[in-house]
Amino acid sequence: MSAPILAVRDLGKRFGSMIAARDITVSLPAQQTVGVIGANGAGKTTFINMITGHLRPTQGTIHFEARDITGLPSRAIKGMGISRSFQVAQIFPSLTVFDNICVAAAIGHAPKHVIGHVCTPLRSRESVAEAETLLDLFEIGRYRDTLAATLPQGVRKLLDIGMAVAGSPRLLLLDEPTSGISIEEKFDLMQVVMSALRNRNITVLFVEHDMEIVERFAERVLAFYDGTVIADGTPAATLADARVQALISGPKAKRAAGSVADV
Amino acid sequence: MARHGRIAASSAFLAAAAAAFVLPDWMISLATIAFANGLVVLGLIVLWRAGLVSFGQALYYCIGAYAVALVGRWTGVSDAVALVLIGGISAGLVSFVVGFLLARYREIFFAMLSLALSMILYGVLVKTESLGSTDGFSVIVPTFFGYAPHQDGLLVALYWLVLAVCAMAALLVDAYFRSVAGALAVPVRDNEIRVEFLGMSVSRLIHTKLVISGVLGGLGGALAALAVGHVDPNMSYWTTSGEFVFITILAGAGSVGPAFVGSLLFESVRSFAFAILPQLWQMLLGSVLLLTILFLPQGLGSLITRLRWRRKVEAP
Amino acid sequence: MLTAFAILVDGLVYAAYLFIVAIGLTLIFGVMKILNVAHGSFYTFGAYGAATAVGIYFDRGLPDAGGFLLMAVFAMALGLALGLILERGVMRLVYGRDEVVMVLVTYAAFLILEDVVILIWGPGSYATYQPLLAAGNVEVGELILSNYDLGLIVIAALLAATSYWALKFTRYGRLLTAVIFDRETAAAFGINVRVVYTVTFVIGAMLGALGGAIMAPKIAVTLGIGVEVIVLAFAVVAIGGMGSIEGALLGALIVGICRAAAVHLVPQIELFVIYGVMALVLLIRPHGLFVRAQPRKI
Repeated sequence: MSAPILAVRDLGKRFGSMIAARDITVSLPAQQTVGVIGANGAGKTTFINMITGHLRPTQGTIHFEARDITGLPSRAIKGMGISRSFQVAQIFPSLTVFDNICVAAAIGHAPKHVIGHVCTPLRSRESVAEAETLLDLFEIGRYRDTLAATLPQGVRKLLDIGMAVAGSPRLLLLDEPTSGISIEEKFDLMQVVMSALRNRNITVLFVEHDMEIVERFAERVLAFYDGTVIADGTPAATLADARVQALISGPKAKRAAGSVADV
Repeated sequence: MARHGRIAASSAFLAAAAAAFVLPDWMISLATIAFANGLVVLGLIVLWRAGLVSFGQALYYCIGAYAVALVGRWTGVSDAVALVLIGGISAGLVSFVVGFLLARYREIFFAMLSLALSMILYGVLVKTESLGSTDGFSVIVPTFFGYAPHQDGLLVALYWLVLAVCAMAALLVDAYFRSVAGALAVPVRDNEIRVEFLGMSVSRLIHTKLVISGVLGGLGGALAALAVGHVDPNMSYWTTSGEFVFITILAGAGSVGPAFVGSLLFESVRSFAFAILPQLWQMLLGSVLLLTILFLPQGLGSLITRLRWRRKVEAP
Repeated sequence: MLTAFAILVDGLVYAAYLFIVAIGLTLIFGVMKILNVAHGSFYTFGAYGAATAVGIYFDRGLPDAGGFLLMAVFAMALGLALGLILERGVMRLVYGRDEVVMVLVTYAAFLILEDVVILIWGPGSYATYQPLLAAGNVEVGELILSNYDLGLIVIAALLAATSYWALKFTRYGRLLTAVIFDRETAAAFGINVRVVYTVTFVIGAMLGALGGAIMAPKIAVTLGIGVEVIVLAFAVVAIGGMGSIEGALLGALIVGICRAAAVHLVPQIELFVIYGVMALVLLIRPHGLFVRAQPRKI
């Protein structure tokens, strides 16, 4: 059994007297797909922000691939192989879709030093090749020359996630990937995302409010409430948990079996 | 620029150089100043692409100019190339130091802080008697690798020097725009938080741009000082910065060419206005600026309407 | 001790001048988010207008108080007219465009107006010292203070108090505050933002012109006064925070005292003290003393 890709122990964050997160202990094996559920304010985003270096934890540790990354700045963490997408798609509106991804790829491949940045062309062969690949994988190739500002919401989200995947991160955090997407399109979008991520040696953690999406695509579910994890297990088990039903998901009707992620 | 663009630009510079044999003196003078100013505008464009409008480029212009004047006066060094390099480097050093502070600011505050810094220099120079106070002082007559031309020869020599510096700057900046650091200007302008999250240090990117624009400003000021033969504190006044910004608008700041074309245009319009309506040339300039903003989006459109795109695009 | 007192008085006078000049600018910026370079033009027109008024009125044996009143009224009328013309004629055409575009439009307007001044009043300068003389002096210990200067301080204080009261306690003031805070929401609540813009711009113009009129007796009314004043006003507004009247007041006080201290103690830095203060303030509080940055949520 290899070491977990992400090991979080007793993680906590307080802002003055307000406790946003506490006592979070989680261990993720590589290439697992984990769904994170919980009401707004439950600590999910704080959790993600601490892993990505956007927030510095006030207690506990985070280990990525056995290295201690607790409190490191977000750029360093990105450089180590952790990437994230955003609830509100963060793209570059005045560039085309292709250029958006190309930029992400170029930054991912960029040499470390300023001199390198000045000497390497943006549209290097590497970056262009990766951009083409990602456009195909995320099925947004037909929008390649469209200005990102004019994209429909679904494509924006896919672009946003595609940009996060450029540079081959090994841990990908998706913050509400289907938010703002109509119910009919949520599944399709998630399907595209998960197919694109298959065979890329990526561990995925996604925050989601739609329980059906979680059931369908997650192998494991973390349920957050009041800043900490109150349930951690298979989707079936977690969503059947009485506390989870009471505090997060609401009571469920009986469903057919076979909802483990089988992407 | 694509390859044919580079060839066209090189041809343009060569043609401009050759024109020295046929143009009257006053035109050569005008073009010399215009191209020197064009360097400063090029520096502005570098920043503009990243969404930063500097209302204080006059700081570097003035530093470059005074560096030339002081070195000439104190050491007697008169070689034009050496002086210009010193001017550029001095301004570059200042922009490097200042950049640590300035790189943290955006939008109007960036503009205001850069303005403040240039006005501080102005204040210092005006109060410094040994530097001639408001009168400034004169610049040593330049020599070129030991050769000391006079009159027409000097005029042409300076003109060619300016053209050479501009051509080199144009090529280098163009290459920069295609590099990772240069091309990231637009993403930074659009959504700098995402650029950070993708793993690139935005403040370091901006710091680099500040240094580049500082060096360009200094080179421009140094060349202007040699061409005019005189420096004074007004070179650091906010109206000087305003002129550079004006030219950038007039030209449209998407790439390298506009810096020089716009500058030539501006100097021509200004000379013309001054000759025809000496009392009203500001009104003419102001009207031109206003009309350009209102009716010529090409000059401005692709850059300004997208300048703060992130504000206008609503996140659903 | 005498020096300290002199610094205090000089500082307050200079602060009064800065505040009067800056309050219109910060108001316009706060409400419309425009850094109005043409504010220098309002000041210039006010000063020249005052010069004209003084030329007409004084030295005719009429009561001095009337002269002061005429100056102010004349200047404010000019400000009103200019503000209206500018806002309805020019600014209206570029609303909705980028902030920087708006600033550049005001810069263009400023350039044009600089020459309009020449067209109307010619290139010569005007001496408007009569009101200064008429006000007389007062002796405080060993210092001779000009009543006009002291009057400046009173006017500035009154202006500050009035605008504070107007913003907090009148209906219009509260509408203005709402628009300053969040234009979109204010519009959604039915506030006619367009009208608010016009009225604010005009008030700002009148205040700017008033500033010019008040200062006219102390300076040589000549070309280029607007150019100097704009940067000073900008600096005060930047220090205090854009749109904050308390900020403009505090900023003016800080700069005024610092500059007075410089003049008396370290004359070499007098000219750029204000920009040095501005740079320092922006270092610590990047958005000015009284304005909070709006963090961006993603």
